[in-house]
Amino acid sequence: MTDHFNQLTSKDFMSDQDIRWCPGCGDYSILANVQRVMPDLGVPRENFVFVSGIGCSSRFPYYMNTYGMHTIHGRAPAFATGIKASRPDLSVWVVTGDGDGLSIGGNHMLHTIRRNIDIQILLFNNRVYGLTKGQYSPTSQIGMYTSSSPDGSIDHPIDPLAFALGAGATFVARAIDVDGAHLQQLLRRAHDHPGTAMIEILQNCPVYNDNEWAEVEDRKSRIDAALVLEDGEPLVYGSEGHRRGISLHDGIARVIELKKDQDPIAAGVAVHNEAYQTPAYAFALASLRRPDFPLPIGVFRAVETATYDALLQGQVAGAVVKRGAGSLHDLLHSGDTWTVEER
Amino acid sequence: MSRKAPGKTVQQLESVAIRFTGDSGDGMQLTGTKFTESTAIAGNELSTLPDYPAEIRAPIGTLAGVSGFQIHFSSKSVRTPADHPDVLVAFNPAALRANIDDVRPTGMVIVNSDSFTAKSLKRAGYAEDPRPALRDRYAMVEIPLTRLNREALKDLDINMRDADRCKNFFALGLMYWLYHRPVESTERWLESRFKGSVLEANLRVLRAGYAFGETTEILPVSYIVPKAKIQPGVYRNITGNKALAWGIVAAGELMQTDVFLGAYPITPASEVLHEVARYRHFGVKTFQAEDEIAAICAAIGASFAGELGVTTTSGPGFVLKQEALGLAVMAELPLVVIDIQRAGPSTGMPTKIEQADLLLALYGRNSDSPIPVIAAMSPGDCFHTVIEAFAWAVKYMTPVIVLSNGHLANSSEPWRIPDVDTLPRPKVGYWSDPETFLPYARDPETLARPWAIPGTPGLEHRIGGLAKEQGTGNVSYDPRNNEDMIRLRAEKVARIAADIPPIEIDGPGSGELLVVGWGGTFGAITAAVEAARQNGKAVSSIHLRHLNPFPKNLGSILRSFDKILVPELNEGQLVRLLRTEFLVPAIGMNKVRGQPFLIEELLARIDEMLSEETSP
Repeated sequence: MTDHFNQLTSKDFMSDQDIRWCPGCGDYSILANVQRVMPDLGVPRENFVFVSGIGCSSRFPYYMNTYGMHTIHGRAPAFATGIKASRPDLSVWVVTGDGDGLSIGGNHMLHTIRRNIDIQILLFNNRVYGLTKGQYSPTSQIGMYTSSSPDGSIDHPIDPLAFALGAGATFVARAIDVDGAHLQQLLRRAHDHPGTAMIEILQNCPVYNDNEWAEVEDRKSRIDAALVLEDGEPLVYGSEGHRRGISLHDGIARVIELKKDQDPIAAGVAVHNEAYQTPAYAFALASLRRPDFPLPIGVFRAVETATYDALLQGQVAGAVVKRGAGSLHDLLHSGDTWTVEER
Repeated sequence: MSRKAPGKTVQQLESVAIRFTGDSGDGMQLTGTKFTESTAIAGNELSTLPDYPAEIRAPIGTLAGVSGFQIHFSSKSVRTPADHPDVLVAFNPAALRANIDDVRPTGMVIVNSDSFTAKSLKRAGYAEDPRPALRDRYAMVEIPLTRLNREALKDLDINMRDADRCKNFFALGLMYWLYHRPVESTERWLESRFKGSVLEANLRVLRAGYAFGETTEILPVSYIVPKAKIQPGVYRNITGNKALAWGIVAAGELMQTDVFLGAYPITPASEVLHEVARYRHFGVKTFQAEDEIAAICAAIGASFAGELGVTTTSGPGFVLKQEALGLAVMAELPLVVIDIQRAGPSTGMPTKIEQADLLLALYGRNSDSPIPVIAAMSPGDCFHTVIEAFAWAVKYMTPVIVLSNGHLANSSEPWRIPDVDTLPRPKVGYWSDPETFLPYARDPETLARPWAIPGTPGLEHRIGGLAKEQGTGNVSYDPRNNEDMIRLRAEKVARIAADIPPIEIDGPGSGELLVVGWGGTFGAITAAVEAARQNGKAVSSIHLRHLNPFPKNLGSILRSFDKILVPELNEGQLVRLLRTEFLVPAIGMNKVRGQPFLIEELLARIDEMLSEETSP
């Protein structure tokens, strides 16, 4: 390994390709922040692999000056699994969207997460199909009018993080495309997490679903619309003079109005803990919806368990220790053989 | 154990075909497999055909639950499991009913007379006991197998159910006596597999069956099939699926590169996954994916990362893999896809035989996306075919499709174990020089692009399914570039013909009739053509392993014959290709019954072709 990555900057992670996202697309901000984080991760540039499926977000690898694969619709997690399982030394990132990752690719998403293979999944959620021109997606809200739902969508949406938690995800987080500092923090956490790390990034599609996340993207309204999760800190949000907290009992969340200087914990506000073994707590957080509740951002869950790639490597290494390195001659001659002599 | 009891005669036969049949819970596949091993050790040439129902546990005693295993062995060359068994062993009335019509007239029929109860006759759909009528037509050997088996175990501490489950080994012991087969390999196998009372019971009934043969008056004659003249060497039995699995392991060893197998369980391909999974100590990784698509995608990912990616499947799964295969064509990555064809369409008859995925392999993807195709022609050939496919994949940077079928997968043949030192060792070279690197630069000879794997400094690049600019590999919508690239990829595959040895003709190099086969029908076609020539007919045959590209001398061979017959277990796929490619008047002979060709039906068609005035 060389140490030249120490001198790398975000520019070294920009490819020479023209970026072809629409003006104002949230993807620009996400790309810039990913490029900013890369030099700090302690990984040589040649060891990064970005893998994507199909969709606007899936053009991402072309703009990263790393190894990259722009694959087929919905299957990026499966390609990434093959890359990481065969080469655990690589840092593998999947870039996907709500359509690619949760509709056509829902099955791969589920199984990749449950295997806990050590990759990062960045799911850009703009709640609409962009590349195919504006149809409703599996995260679109019911009643949404689109080209394929002129009378309003009648599909009940899925929440990406609830989905991930249901699959047993060991690291689940939510970020906002334009909140760069927070996004970078989560990208680092995801990279450091051993196992599948899923970040839902709320992303604006200015053409087909503009302002879907405006409440939390706007710095001012975000204070009341978003709940910033901090490990060990009470679930408190809201502007000065209108502080509120979230209590959780029997899986049911309630908003507690806090008086000035009132101790939130004493008032019954829950304290955030990323490390609960049960996913029930994180699931309750993932169920918080606007407008009754703030939208939580940050790390919902971070627990450690064995990764698929480490277990696989362990089995291979263990088999060599136990049986010695394989001999082809011995394999071909194993079991019953017989010799036909020259006559 | 004495070879021959006093008062019994021994008769010599050139060849025998036996079919073991019973309920799927009666252990017929195991019985057949053990008889096969023993026969191979006895030095005969042999060919086998297992035939089992798709249902794991069909209702007991019904026709749907009948499982069979046929073995044909000889002192001469054996090409097929034989059209008609000489001997039928039937464990119950349903097995008798399902198989009796296949038995050679006057052949021997061995039945378990204890199983002919009113209830089991009814389950088999017999209105009355069929045995009296059959006694006139066949040599009926009626043995109270259940009672004899229980008798042999009466002082052993074992319950009735477990005791009855051993009766296949009683019958096996009897058959070993009847055909002078050695019992030692089966005893060794039992000792390695079982212990305690189960081992004791199986050993005991195996020997009891043998002893019963020696003493019973029901069987006055036993048979010897002398050793065949076989090329010297060390042999073993191998099924096509085991040979595929070992070929996968061998490719990794020979190419000094780790193998990554992505697979999803599917009949009849699952055994390859099971077998390869046992060899982690070769550095081989197996990944049981969530579906067929993930299996191939993970394998492509591993190839991108520098390993030998491979995926195994059968028809319906092969269809699901086509989109990812198209990506492998565009990304120009090495990959081996093994399709063990089964009878279709749709789910079809999963345990039955067909070779109808050829056009799917060649044309099953959107747009023009040529992929080399090799079809194995015998169980042992599956081993070499996989190694050849990996060699092409890496040398030409392309996915390669291997076609096997359910017949090759499960049938076994004695296989001369190759000397590891004589096996090819295809070279794997990763690109390393950043100065001269272009992701889609091409080797002037092979047109392969460089294999540049993650972890190599200075070679960071992106590949994907969007159209690629020549050289740089950047996304390009340039019309001319796209056409050039499509033609370059086709030319790359066409150039593989340089690595294909010329086809050898079985028989004269020109004449009236040429029979052209491909893949798993080799045995039947060759046997039929040999038989026709023995009958004085002027007929030659060729057998294709390489379906894309074709061997270079194929066209000139085809044009050297007046008539061309193309027997296929499909509705006419290779025949279309030959007619289209070479403008020859090839005629198809097609069978889609889920069964292999019979030699007699091929012979009849050959005779018919030779008696026709002109070729159409």
